[in-house]
Amino acid sequence: MSPAEIHSLALEAALREEREPHADPEGVPEPSEVEVPRALRREIQRSMKRYPQKRSASIPALWAVQRRYGWCTPDGIRQAAAVMGVTPAYLESIASFYDLFHLEPTGDHQVLVCTNISCWLRGADELLGAFCEAAETGGPGHSSPDGKVYVRGFECLGACDIAPMVSIDERYYGPLEPADAADAVEQMRMRGEEVLPAKRLEDRGAAGGKRNPADDRITAHTMNKPKRPRPKSAARKKKS
Amino acid sequence: MAAETRILFRNIDEPGLASIRTYRRLGGYEAVKKAYQEMEPEQVLHELEESGLRGRGGAGFSMGKKASFLPRGDMDKYLCCNADESEPGAFKDRELMQKNPHQLIEGIIIAARAAGANRCFIFIRGEYDLQGDILDAAVEEAYGAGYLGTDVLGTGQQVKLVVHRGAGAYICGEETALLDSLEGKRGNPRLKPPFPAVQGLYGGPTLINNVETLSNAPHIISSGAEWFKSFGTEQSPGTKVVSVSGDVQRPGNYEVELGVPTKLLINDLAGGPPKGHKVKGFFPGGSSSPVLTGDEGMKLPYSFEAMQEAGSMLGSGSIIVFDETTSVVDLALRTARFYHHESCGKCTPCREGTNWTVKMLERLTRGEATPMDIEVIASVQENIIGHCLCVLGDSMAMPIGAMVKKYRSEFDDKLISQSYSAAAKAA
Repeated sequence: MSPAEIHSLALEAALREEREPHADPEGVPEPSEVEVPRALRREIQRSMKRYPQKRSASIPALWAVQRRYGWCTPDGIRQAAAVMGVTPAYLESIASFYDLFHLEPTGDHQVLVCTNISCWLRGADELLGAFCEAAETGGPGHSSPDGKVYVRGFECLGACDIAPMVSIDERYYGPLEPADAADAVEQMRMRGEEVLPAKRLEDRGAAGGKRNPADDRITAHTMNKPKRPRPKSAARKKKS
Repeated sequence: MAAETRILFRNIDEPGLASIRTYRRLGGYEAVKKAYQEMEPEQVLHELEESGLRGRGGAGFSMGKKASFLPRGDMDKYLCCNADESEPGAFKDRELMQKNPHQLIEGIIIAARAAGANRCFIFIRGEYDLQGDILDAAVEEAYGAGYLGTDVLGTGQQVKLVVHRGAGAYICGEETALLDSLEGKRGNPRLKPPFPAVQGLYGGPTLINNVETLSNAPHIISSGAEWFKSFGTEQSPGTKVVSVSGDVQRPGNYEVELGVPTKLLINDLAGGPPKGHKVKGFFPGGSSSPVLTGDEGMKLPYSFEAMQEAGSMLGSGSIIVFDETTSVVDLALRTARFYHHESCGKCTPCREGTNWTVKMLERLTRGEATPMDIEVIASVQENIIGHCLCVLGDSMAMPIGAMVKKYRSEFDDKLISQSYSAAAKAA
């Protein structure tokens, strides 16, 4: 996003919330003035209790916001700030630092294609291109036209043994061929379909060996599907 | 495979190893009992120090010595397990946590005894969601069994453990940036000294160790320092889980004694480069380590001291192999882009140096660079090293510097004068 676009977005947000566009940044929100969904409040409060200092819960709180709304929405950040007793700007400064937090809407399913050295040596650029093409995103860092699939290139995901690999909804798959991209996108679009079941990281043994399928802890895990609902436009829904 | 020596990876693919029941059936948590019920904290610390175990996260510093730097006394002391494995090429901690989480938890409880730490954290990178879930479940089991909590095994010592997930930032693997991130701030490194052992998390004394380092602790306590020293070399005792990836036929984690020939790791265990290709060079310790050419590197023993002598480093123990079809200029650009993306921006030499290195390498790949550009690339690297709060900038400067030095002709071939003369020849 260009600075000009960011500026106009901020302006819009200010007008929507009936603030002075160039007023001082908001202080700590008054808890009574911010409506926070109960589950979200409880999750953030539980995180705060786990640490000696409440600010340590910044990242867990932002994770909770992102899981609920699909991305770190301004409203969501404000709600978390109200629960934590910090300013929204503080939480936003945290969210903008870390790569996994989204400050703008993304797709329902997240595809991160590793493009770092080991994956690159084995064809990660082609794989990224194949995913963008299969999902018709028109390039990395965008979502498919139906908003279902978001694709971006990512730095080393720590799975060079299955290079080239991708992380789909926080689960790892590899090694992949460009042809796998179309299958994966198809499977993501179908409700309840498992994604690339033959390429899951958790079924692999050490050093490329076979893993015993009797491991109930591994195979019975619900990990192949997105484990949390990702509401498409929760922010808009909430507003009304 | 005979060449592997599996200690941490023993039983790694045993069904159900991630559950406390199977882990205990295979002898797990005996070391914790020994450390808490039969040994004094000083004895535990002494045993770890005596074993000569060196940190497996990259720096290779003696783990026992690091633990001994923490002050004695009754204040809150912290232990952070660095599980932010983000170094390109490294994936050993992922497998250790995913398949044997209790080994790590047991190691943390033992290290907490040695350092007198009462609050422990596992800082795991946000991308490792599956591994985070497995650790969460394992920590809960350990609390249920009384290995964690306010009264560990009835000794009255408190050890609390929290799994903290990051959210995607390479810099958080740097220990002081990790502390800032854990305190809920942006992950910027801190000025050292004071070192974390004196003033770390929340201003208290803090011990920070890598996953693999801590996973070694149960084995040292149950079998003794002498046993541990019977593996590896004198200065690098024990085994190392080595992640081998890139242009090899069987990429994966291999646990070997330190000091084995590098050739054995790359050619025998990982299957060497694809048929008909040969090793052009490799990173011996993740993307931050200066590259070694195939000719100089393959004959070296794989140990901390041998890699250092060769002008590189063992780092996190991650070998990335590239074969002769790889353009080193492209490789340099890919490496530089990573560090440019991940630089936190706090120190100027790193923020600007990574940026300009990327720009000049891009110009070189477009065939528009002048001979001076290569000199500037080299001098920028020299001006980054040692001039920042942390080693992120150095981590780019060292491999890029080594690439320019060792594969200079490839860089020269991309110069503008070369592309002119090639065009002239073609005309």
